[in-house]
Amino acid sequence: MNNFGYARATDVADAVRQITADPEAKFIAGGTNIIDLIKEHVARPSRLIDITHLPLNRVEETEDGGLRIGALVPNSDLAWHPQVEARYPLLASAILAGASQQLRNMATTGGNLLQRTRCFYFYDTSTPCNKREPGSGCSAIGGINRMHAILGTSEHCIATHPSDMCVALAALDARVLATGPAGERSIALTDFHRLPGDTPQIDSNLRADEIITAIELPPKGFPRTYTYLKIRDRLSYAFALVSVAVGLEIEGGTIREARLALGGVAHKPWRDREAEAELNGTPATRESFARGADTVLRSARGFGHNDFKVELARRAIVRALTQAAEGKPQSQADKRVSGSVP
Amino acid sequence: MAVTLRVNGVEHKLTVAPWTTLLDLLRLHLDLTGTKKGCDHGQCGACTVLVDGRRINSCLTLAVMKDGAQVTTIEGLARGDALHPLQQAFIDHDAFQCGYCTPGQICSAVGLIAEGKARTADEIRDMMSGNICRCGAYPHIVAAIEEVMGKLKQPSGKGAP
Repeated sequence: MNNFGYARATDVADAVRQITADPEAKFIAGGTNIIDLIKEHVARPSRLIDITHLPLNRVEETEDGGLRIGALVPNSDLAWHPQVEARYPLLASAILAGASQQLRNMATTGGNLLQRTRCFYFYDTSTPCNKREPGSGCSAIGGINRMHAILGTSEHCIATHPSDMCVALAALDARVLATGPAGERSIALTDFHRLPGDTPQIDSNLRADEIITAIELPPKGFPRTYTYLKIRDRLSYAFALVSVAVGLEIEGGTIREARLALGGVAHKPWRDREAEAELNGTPATRESFARGADTVLRSARGFGHNDFKVELARRAIVRALTQAAEGKPQSQADKRVSGSVP
Repeated sequence: MAVTLRVNGVEHKLTVAPWTTLLDLLRLHLDLTGTKKGCDHGQCGACTVLVDGRRINSCLTLAVMKDGAQVTTIEGLARGDALHPLQQAFIDHDAFQCGYCTPGQICSAVGLIAEGKARTADEIRDMMSGNICRCGAYPHIVAAIEEVMGKLKQPSGKGAP
């Protein structure tokens, strides 16, 4: 591994001070991604600022009846937190769909948001990559791009955001709390990650001198009519080809509110409010679901190896909406597909 | 940097570089070579150990960040000549061939049983998916874990351990 310095942050203000003083430094918490990136020579921090001693490991109710999740809460603790299991099972399910139990024990809530793409060209320092080395080109366009994005891509980058947790957070209208030199601010999860555009090296709108302190969930969690459907090359411990998070509110067979977010298809968790608006007020039937899926994918395009993702995403959306409407969420342990065939 | 770790019940005060992983500390500084370096990228699970009772990938863990922690490796599971029930079950069920992944598999299974979440074979398979076995001993690994979980359940006749 490249050598680096190491320091501990004593509180949030100290963490912000330390990162402001050394722009080449990086925070470390779970370390599951940054250590790997350092080993691969993709990240070369001057030093790592250990934030694991900060008091950001609590899950507590907010005044409005929602939930505030400290940035350092490990993924496994969050997935198995009684409040999350009971009120936000979509979030619990999405977390358990990702990584392995060892990694979930280490990885934190804040770190999950900041993990970097698993595009193999990004990891391979012998190939051009605009995300790793701006201006060098994109090897995935015209290269092996089976895992890559079909929505919101640019001529500079077709990488995907790898998180499952964030897809559920996007559907649940979560907000990210961040603290910087100017104080605290709150960012909608759907505005947190960026599309690649012509600056694919910048993954999120978190500023370099800010630290994530918490995630906030609003009260509405869709605890009965939800699903997280993840489709991948092996049944566990693999990144999504396509994943779909759904939360529905149905009254007398009519969709009152639809939430729909996709993973594995874009540079950020993909939420389409136009498709949701179209679903709202329609009967909870296959026809409505198919129309919603068409809307989500209206601008989708493949790059060769990943052409199949467009049709896969279409079917996954219909399947996931069916599972949620029937109250038969996909189990992450029992790999048989839940619900009736749409 | 100075770091103090209690490994398999024995306290060690060591001086390590910040970039020393817990895996390298165990293998190179303490000569505990039971924990294996497989992929060194958190993808294979051969380096799985228990830190403060939780299973983690020691290859992605910086030793300096675990100052004061309790670490249990495969060398710390047996009590003298008496094997840990999972070690015995792995032998009884022929749950390995080359054996390279086995220390990680067993430490991971200790963590899994302590978590108390996995109950069915499906759940064991999913919760053990961070441990790859290239010999393909998976059915026997699941059988070994099921047996130990079953024995732990028997005294009360219900519920998980």
